[in-house]
Amino acid sequence: MALLQRVAENGRRVVRFTLDGRPVEALEGDTVMTAMLTNGDRLRRSEFADAPRAGFCMMGACQDCWVRTETGERLRACGTFIADGMRLLSDGEWTS
Amino acid sequence: MNAPVPPVIVPRLAPLPPVIVGAGPAGIRAAERLVAAGLRPVVIDEAARWGGQIYRQPPEGGPFTRPKSALYGLEAGKADAVHRAMAAIRDHVDYRPRTLAWNCEAGALDLLSDGAVETLPFSHLILATGATDRVLPFPGWTLPGVFTLGGSQVALKFQGCAVGRRVAFLGTGPLLLLVAYQYLKAGVEVAGIFDTTPFLTQARAGVGMLRDPVTFAKGMLYLGWLRARGVPIHYNVRPVRAEGTERVAALVWRDAKGRETRTECDAVAVGLGLRSETQLADLAGCRFRFDAADRAWLPERDAAGRSSVPGVYLAGDGSGIAGADAAELAGERAALALLEDLARDHGGRPVDAARVAELDRRLTGIAAFRRALNAAFPFPADWADAIADDTMICRCEGVTAGTLRAVGRSGQAREINRAKALTRVGMGRCQGRMCGATATELLARALGTGPDGVGRLRAQPPIKPLPIATTIPSPAPGEGVKCDRSPPRERATPQAGRSHDA
Repeated sequence: MALLQRVAENGRRVVRFTLDGRPVEALEGDTVMTAMLTNGDRLRRSEFADAPRAGFCMMGACQDCWVRTETGERLRACGTFIADGMRLLSDGEWTS
Repeated sequence: MNAPVPPVIVPRLAPLPPVIVGAGPAGIRAAERLVAAGLRPVVIDEAARWGGQIYRQPPEGGPFTRPKSALYGLEAGKADAVHRAMAAIRDHVDYRPRTLAWNCEAGALDLLSDGAVETLPFSHLILATGATDRVLPFPGWTLPGVFTLGGSQVALKFQGCAVGRRVAFLGTGPLLLLVAYQYLKAGVEVAGIFDTTPFLTQARAGVGMLRDPVTFAKGMLYLGWLRARGVPIHYNVRPVRAEGTERVAALVWRDAKGRETRTECDAVAVGLGLRSETQLADLAGCRFRFDAADRAWLPERDAAGRSSVPGVYLAGDGSGIAGADAAELAGERAALALLEDLARDHGGRPVDAARVAELDRRLTGIAAFRRALNAAFPFPADWADAIADDTMICRCEGVTAGTLRAVGRSGQAREINRAKALTRVGMGRCQGRMCGATATELLARALGTGPDGVGRLRAQPPIKPLPIATTIPSPAPGEGVKCDRSPPRERATPQAGRSHDA
């Protein structure tokens, strides 16, 4: 299920957020990308190819990891840190 | 009695504080040198903490506890030195982390920080914008589980995560063995090294790399370590496809004899060396030239780092790939060039000529090493030839290789920007960062020319997407919303309206 695998730094504080309405946990210092991909295997569906995407470069260049929150806010998942109470979506096909 | 003398408007001749974009090895060494000269540079960086990509630090908080020896391995000493250099000058620098420089025109940078934009005029600017992985597409490269090599390394050192349980490493360049080694050491299974370079090419080029025996020895160490642990290492490989529906399940690859093999894995880390982030230099008006070694258009710079635009300096991988050690030297050298120019134009202390000579000598040596690296890890041009027409080359908007080739072959596009206009390749959110190399190679083949014959993909502001919620500063009464972009020296009261608003 999870795309990213934790191999170190597991002693961090737990952060609680929701992914597609489901309550899940991440760790303080996780990016939104890490938080989502340790709880699932995609960030979004491509609006052009109807295919799952999970980011690519992890350093703010490819712009493939923009995700949406339940309130419609857009976040670049590799450059935004997870915070308690975030409500993130990975199941929507979205256009911009 | 004399008539009253009208007030004389004195143009501002004094230079503004120097601005550095990028807080990696080049930007930090540049800042250090400027602070040593008594200046207070502005340092703009998109990351939350300094270090750049190569010496990227874990996030604050957590807490993250791995020591630098675990994060940076054999480079821990260098990483620590660069981090400490910035910490030591922190109070003497106007440091702006989490800030994106998204435009550069007419003597001013446009910044975005915490959702608010700001225009920062400059008289002297050092661009140390770094690099990202160079990639070519293959079927399945957009599947979850396919990441860049550099990104796979970021996941490990910045987040303590591996991109999969069983990872295939595909491509060429010094990062290929390094990241595989780091993954294996972290306890991750390495499905194999799939090197696009023939073994003999690397072995022969190794002789040239003996100019830098330490770097060469590190490569040999990683290779020996991977081999000793039974990691399969395949040379002269080309990818056929990544298989999977919702995520990667296998990498199918072809060897030099044309035999196809399917290797099960849940992630693929791919990279073909690095490509420079040149967008700001482009928007600043710097002249570019085609660099045959990097197969890319790069902003021109002299040996000291001066661009073609007076007051704009270039340092590090952002203006040609030479690695982190060279970036440190080039950052300091560019700062010395800036100080030389300040002394010439505005008076002031001359720079340390002995230090300049020392840096110039060491940078010359690195240029030779760079040529050897390019010989050891050549760009697999035939990969580009073999991309099938139905392969998606633009991740942003799903445009295929066939679409791009068609506008070349039909004569509709004789150069890359026309091809961009017609196909939207290079026009999506990434602005060509991920597809630019591919588009250039494909169009060149379609037109029967080389990658130097199709022109240069132009940057457009904003160089990265800005959130819709971005706050635009409200204009002062009587002032239009358009930003004042007159050159700083002619600007009577720069930013006055905005600062009164604040």
